Amino acid sequence: MKVCRVISTVVATAKHPAFHGHTLLMCQPLDARGESAGDAILAVDHAQAGIGDTVLVNQEGNGSRQILGTLDGKLPIRSVIVGIVDDVHVA
Amino acid sequence: MYLARVVGTCVATRKVPDLAGEKLLVVQPLDAEQHPKGTHQVAVDTVRAGLGELVFLVGAREAAQALDRPFVPVDAAIVGIVDDIA
Repeated sequence: MKVCRVISTVVATAKHPAFHGHTLLMCQPLDARGESAGDAILAVDHAQAGIGDTVLVNQEGNGSRQILGTLDGKLPIRSVIVGIVDDVHVA
Repeated sequence: MYLARVVGTCVATRKVPDLAGEKLLVVQPLDAEQHPKGTHQVAVDTVRAGLGELVFLVGAREAAQALDRPFVPVDAAIVGIVDDIA
């Protein structure tokens, strides 16, 4: 999982049915110091996150299917926000 | 999952039978500021996207799950057309 900062909301009307009812947020991965590191990712929100929040993003399909359920056994969603980070401490 | 701009179409006559009928588009992945990032990709379109549109894609194994048929060999699928980023 990656620690990210939510930087914007992505609105889409025409989308795959699997995305209906979900909020899509653009997330910027952070390094241990909280600085931006790497490319932004789009993730479905499952933690009521908002812009500016530090969140935990799971980038793996099996976990997404367990959290969000499937449509006919399938789900084309890979990245899900699974938590809001209160604090990260790196020794 | 990531943002991209549709920049072209791709036509292939000879292909894996499971890809029959699927629309292939050429996309340019974008960063958070919508600047081009990396090289072009060919993606299966599931939302009737058109040339020049801002879209989002799902990659890896989950791309195949955007299609009706099981076990289709694709690694990028367009799953939404972006209206607005706020």
